[in-house]
Amino acid sequence: MSYAIDTLEHMFEYEQVSPVSASAASATAEVFSAERSGGGDRGSGGVASAVGGSLSAAERVAELQARIGQMQSRTLSSKLIPTHPVIASLLPGGGLQQGSVYSVDSSAMLLMTLLAAPSAAGSWCAVVGVPEFGIEAAQRFGVHLERLVLVPHPGDQWLAVTAAIADVVDVVVARPPRRASDSAVARLASRLRQRKSTLLMVGSWPQSEAMLSLGESRWHGIGEGHGHLAAREVTITVTSKNAGRPRSARVWLPDTAQTVRSYSAADSPAASDSAPPQLRPVPHRVSA
Amino acid sequence: MVWAPDWPIVAARQHEKLPADAPLVLVEKGLVFAAAASARAEGVTRGLRLREAQSRFPGIIDRPYDPALDSRAFEPVLTAIEELIPGVQLLRPGMCAVKVRGAAQYYGGEKAAALTVIARVNEIAASDARVGVADALFTAVHAARSTIARDPRSRASHVRVVAAGDSAAFLAPLPLTVLEEPHIVSLLSKLGISTLGEFAHLDRTDVRVRFGEPGARLHALASGRDPQAFVARTPPLDLDVVLDFEPALDRVDQVAFAVRSRADDFIDALMRAQLVATAIRVELDSESGEVAERVWLHPRSFSASDVVDRVRWQVQGSNLIETGLSSGISRVRIVPETVDEIGHHEIGLWGSGLEPRIHHGLSRVQSMLGHGGVLVPSIEGGRTLSSRQRLTAWGDRSVAERSPQRPWPGALPDPLPGTVFSSRHAVHVFAADGTAVAVDERGQVLAPPARFSTSDSRSRSLTAWAGPWPLAERWWEAGSSGPSWRFQAVDDTGCAWLLVLDSGGWWAEARYD
Repeated sequence: MSYAIDTLEHMFEYEQVSPVSASAASATAEVFSAERSGGGDRGSGGVASAVGGSLSAAERVAELQARIGQMQSRTLSSKLIPTHPVIASLLPGGGLQQGSVYSVDSSAMLLMTLLAAPSAAGSWCAVVGVPEFGIEAAQRFGVHLERLVLVPHPGDQWLAVTAAIADVVDVVVARPPRRASDSAVARLASRLRQRKSTLLMVGSWPQSEAMLSLGESRWHGIGEGHGHLAAREVTITVTSKNAGRPRSARVWLPDTAQTVRSYSAADSPAASDSAPPQLRPVPHRVSA
Repeated sequence: MVWAPDWPIVAARQHEKLPADAPLVLVEKGLVFAAAASARAEGVTRGLRLREAQSRFPGIIDRPYDPALDSRAFEPVLTAIEELIPGVQLLRPGMCAVKVRGAAQYYGGEKAAALTVIARVNEIAASDARVGVADALFTAVHAARSTIARDPRSRASHVRVVAAGDSAAFLAPLPLTVLEEPHIVSLLSKLGISTLGEFAHLDRTDVRVRFGEPGARLHALASGRDPQAFVARTPPLDLDVVLDFEPALDRVDQVAFAVRSRADDFIDALMRAQLVATAIRVELDSESGEVAERVWLHPRSFSASDVVDRVRWQVQGSNLIETGLSSGISRVRIVPETVDEIGHHEIGLWGSGLEPRIHHGLSRVQSMLGHGGVLVPSIEGGRTLSSRQRLTAWGDRSVAERSPQRPWPGALPDPLPGTVFSSRHAVHVFAADGTAVAVDERGQVLAPPARFSTSDSRSRSLTAWAGPWPLAERWWEAGSSGPSWRFQAVDDTGCAWLLVLDSGGWWAEARYD
């Protein structure tokens, strides 16, 4: 896949087809088929059915154009910031992009998952207008508190505060207290593009790159008067403005070991609820 | 050597504006630290318990002892003595040393110089100053002390001059206890030595061999050779900035504008002294006589605009900063509370530790929202969610009170809720038959919870629940609300809640979302 993208990048950067371009078209086709089948467990039925007839030709063209557009914008301007692999696979472009706005459902754990990877990579994070942000949970999710700044009550100046913080902080979470005017939205977007910081808006936001939302969630470990909350499986759905269909994945948010990983059929809900906890290999604790 | 006896009492009396014969007693940790002469006459002595002192003389006025007040009150005395004789060494509040040689020539004799100093000190501090003149500090201290026993009426008897070379003879009859080294002194007295003279007679080498370096030092003191050199203090630079407003200002921007130009002077003066301020104290005096003061810290060092910001925040007053001023501001005083060598704060060639860009950006937000607008989180020890998180304003030092590393039995198990309500919401929790769910005194749930509703939303049914987990914190305190019971519950939308039942009813404390 990266080979194909390299080829396309080469085309856009040098405005000519590189010597390997003979295989470019077939490689691009491979990309798409690989991506489709990679997302096969998301329930779409794989590339065969998608190409075979469930999508009309017009939809297919639109989708392909959207993808070309993404690749284009990615090569020209934006880079990706570290993103949790489970979510990165759902996002257009393969991760959170610098200088973009994302709408995120009002889920603190999802926000913390998104913040953890850039924070671990040394970025500063800020949370604006969310006074109930659970700090200790954020720490457990891997957000480094020494590089986290909170502005719980920005009040009427929230747009100015968000813009000022986005100037210096790489990833900003903000909750708009009300709808902003279109011009303010555009100003903020251009400022973000210039400063290359990523904004995660809690709630819906116009001009957002993608919308991350949580679907049906199911808690494990708690019963009728016994046990305690231990793990949750939830569906994360990403609706992006370019790619046609929303993509979704079932993930543990978090699992019993306090990590976020994709939900697989191996740990089915029935097994984890009734049976004793299954032994799982924990790579870094293995000893001889 | 100039000595003002009972200085703590004098200082406290000045501060409280009490009459000279008030039976004032200063108390530290429940024991009498110092007592005024009138109280001492009634048998109140140092080291007595306060209750005991009160039983000996019920009329005493007791105040907590404040060492800072001592030093502060002694500062004008030092300045006054410096005006008379240059070069003053402060030994402790109430006691200082000057070099008498030059002054004796100027004032026409050691005694005349001493009397001049006494007159000036008594004029300023309304105390009963004493002067001892001798070759060495230790001898001079005891020369000044020895004036107490003499006739108190004559002014001249407040001075004791030990002639040059007579130190050993003067010290010889004094008891060993004046050395204030109880361990060695008790050993010496067991060896049959009771006065400094006898101690001084011992061979110096023997003393050093037997008692080591501390013993040798005491031996030198006893023989009138005080090894401690006289070091005159450097008069402190006056870096404070005071602005007086006439008429008083009652608008924040007026004060900020007035401070702006002086803040530059303030930083320039520090810079000339090769210092930077890492903490400043801002004192605001209002027209009606109220004083609001606060110490502001800075993660790096203050610049002029930082100083203006701090003054403005203090004048504005937010919920973090209580100014409590009700009238216009008549005076602003900016004091450098902590200063550091400028060399420690130069920005390195490749930048300094804390990213300056981040600091500038966040300081800008702080100047929009106020000091408490930008917060840095940290984790603290505790059992409830709110007590485990601690928020410090950007720029302030975070001081953790409880270690999170200790075991905190009763703390929540993982995973922790992502949303912790800053003020918990009142909710209602019902059993299947519609009655409110309660917990009996044995910690049994009377009926399993089936539905719950917040004040603003429809009722949701609960699909799973667990608990109650009792939490009885600080039950011994009068104001505590008694035990509370924590529950985890999952509603029909798949959202999990942390619910708490206490004597005030049901609350939603956090949400797992």
